[in-house]
Amino acid sequence: MSLDEFFVTGDPMILASQIAIGLTMVGLIALITYLKKWKWLWTEWFTTVDHKKIGIMYILAGVLMFFRGGVDGLLMKAQTSRPELGFLDAQHYDEIFTTHGVIMILFMAMPMLIGIMNVVVPLQIGARDVAFPKLNALSFWLFFAGAMLFNVSFVIGGSPDAGWTSYFPLAGKEFTPGVGNNYYAIALQIAGIGTLATGINFVVTIIKMRAPGMSWMKMPIFTWTSLVTSIIIVAAFPIFTVALAYMSLDRLFGTHFFTVAAGGDPMLWLNLFWLWGHPEVYIVVLPAFGMFSEVIATFARKNLYGYKSMVFAVAGIAFLSMLVWVHHFYTMGNSAAVNSIFSLTTMMIAIPTGVKIFNWLFTLRKGRIEFSTSMLWALAFIPCFTIGGVTGVMLAMAAADYQYHNTMFLVAHFHYVLIPGVVFAVFAALYYWWPKMFGFKLNEKIGKWHFWLFVIGFNFTFMPMFFVGLDGMSRRMYTYSESTGWGAWLGFSAVGSLIMAAGFAALCYNIYWSFRYASRDVGSDPWNGRTLEWATASPAPHYNFAVVPEVEKLDDFWYKKKEGKLGLKKSDLKSVHMPSNSWTPVFLGVAFGIVGFFLVFEWFTLAIISSVLIVIGLVANSFDYDDGYHIPVDELEKEEREWRGELK
Amino acid sequence: MSSTHSSRFPWNHLIGFILSIALTLLAVFVKFQTNFSDSIIMWIIGTLAIFQAMIQLFMFMHVTEGKEGMINVINMIYSIFLALVIVFGSIWVLTSGHAAMH
Repeated sequence: MSLDEFFVTGDPMILASQIAIGLTMVGLIALITYLKKWKWLWTEWFTTVDHKKIGIMYILAGVLMFFRGGVDGLLMKAQTSRPELGFLDAQHYDEIFTTHGVIMILFMAMPMLIGIMNVVVPLQIGARDVAFPKLNALSFWLFFAGAMLFNVSFVIGGSPDAGWTSYFPLAGKEFTPGVGNNYYAIALQIAGIGTLATGINFVVTIIKMRAPGMSWMKMPIFTWTSLVTSIIIVAAFPIFTVALAYMSLDRLFGTHFFTVAAGGDPMLWLNLFWLWGHPEVYIVVLPAFGMFSEVIATFARKNLYGYKSMVFAVAGIAFLSMLVWVHHFYTMGNSAAVNSIFSLTTMMIAIPTGVKIFNWLFTLRKGRIEFSTSMLWALAFIPCFTIGGVTGVMLAMAAADYQYHNTMFLVAHFHYVLIPGVVFAVFAALYYWWPKMFGFKLNEKIGKWHFWLFVIGFNFTFMPMFFVGLDGMSRRMYTYSESTGWGAWLGFSAVGSLIMAAGFAALCYNIYWSFRYASRDVGSDPWNGRTLEWATASPAPHYNFAVVPEVEKLDDFWYKKKEGKLGLKKSDLKSVHMPSNSWTPVFLGVAFGIVGFFLVFEWFTLAIISSVLIVIGLVANSFDYDDGYHIPVDELEKEEREWRGELK
Repeated sequence: MSSTHSSRFPWNHLIGFILSIALTLLAVFVKFQTNFSDSIIMWIIGTLAIFQAMIQLFMFMHVTEGKEGMINVINMIYSIFLALVIVFGSIWVLTSGHAAMH
């Protein structure tokens, strides 16, 4: 392969990106070297097993990927803003909507949510870390390796271009011969292993490591939704693993799982993809529901209305999530019986979801609502998400779906579900838990700019898509003629996307501003919270809790706070056992990334040689007998005094 | 975080590993080296798959250990339910309607 095939050439925008990426990397390396921060990075971040730091790295990666996926979105909006615009050609547009979809779901939504779960769940259940801290670090580095591998595709080798669903036969070697779709198969496989490990880790953590006294029905609701999400991850991700393995075998080794010519079946790909893909929607939306529940209860100053029904609704959604996958391909030509059954199961999902909406509304009722930025996100979520939900019921009717299928109506629908359902939740959660991560709040005034710009921009961007969709515009069209009359709608929508981008810029500015200027004097419980994470210092110390708290009821911290029963007795302090840092997770992440890269280009000799690195990492890990270390009592006492004052 | 180093050789894992490879090779052998009809081959491979699952559960996944009886039972029932939905659901979806015609 010659060099000009290796690098993507011929497009000035991509050339500019290549130069920008090169300069940024050189600049970063120079800056870190100049500031002598390499050792600090290695010991404090790269090798860390601390769930809070891993969570922060996940969130940082999520914000970066939001930027990348957002730029993809803006480019698409620019291209369709006027009829017959030549800003992007068809091939480039295909690549961009593919990477936009994959990045937003798998490399933005997932790490944001898993990052917040990582930071919050162990603190909420009074644990000192997750059950398998080193595995947790490995999860992050595998995700990161997969994300980076997928992201270089547009400058090296070419992007995948068969849509985020990558349906066969289009995604097969016959119709997509380049390396682009190999990136899809390999990068998602690597990231998926990491996600699966996270799922296992959190199931075990929540089942085994809750504080004494915290029985099932005393668990905070966010912990509940995280548990259920983790269970769905464990149930659904293996299906994707298998489907991607088939895809890799088809593309790299010439098997025929999905090609008709040799007895395979392309519809099997759709079937397996959505057997994973539908539960994936709930994997991203359930933790978000948990975040809203915590935020709404805190800022309405009430306990969550219908806690038990909320738990059952979450479990019900999880159960149904595995029974609805066919509604993504009603038009594949299934029998009437298949479509009817899956229509029914799909509509049944509206029931537990409706229960949750009413629970939130009743929590708000007669509450003393404080309009903080995180609460604003939660309040905007309810109506926006309801529009997404109701249009979802329209799409659920198989007969009607023949009209809506693959139109912009569908695109508008799932953006109305996923942006309020996931992105608003992540923003609410960032404003809410930021002080617990960093010891200062994000600025509320800039936060309100962020909120209004983003919410208005979101509605401007996606509301017109419902109408052009009903008017017959199919999704993934890279251009359209003047006579369709869609120009005005889509121009309006493009302006909306710029407003939304301004909202995101406000968030970035807010993070920068708050790091530099925000008051560090926020105390351990700045929002008057209800759950255990607010019982320890902000930012949380690396051992989380000097003494593991005991729990008597739901919202135990809230009641103990009111009864004045908080505080730490010096005599209760015992030395704390913590896990040691490890180099193997980051090493394995790099190793998987290298092997993956060679597999993408089908350079099998190099792939086999470099997979020795993976074996080295695994063997080194097996012989690692480090049992962790103990924090002595006087050190605990010193750290606790710093924020509590004198101990009892 | 506590760890008890046992010097005992992990026989369970080794036997499980060898058996799972053997079962996989057996499936390949049945497909490529025998003249059974397709449906008999499907039945044989299906049976081997169930054995494979058993080996995973007993040799690697410690199904007989652990104190959470109730959680284990729920877990097993849910897993079996999911396996049935995935296998028979997929067969049903892919063999009815127009999909059945090729």
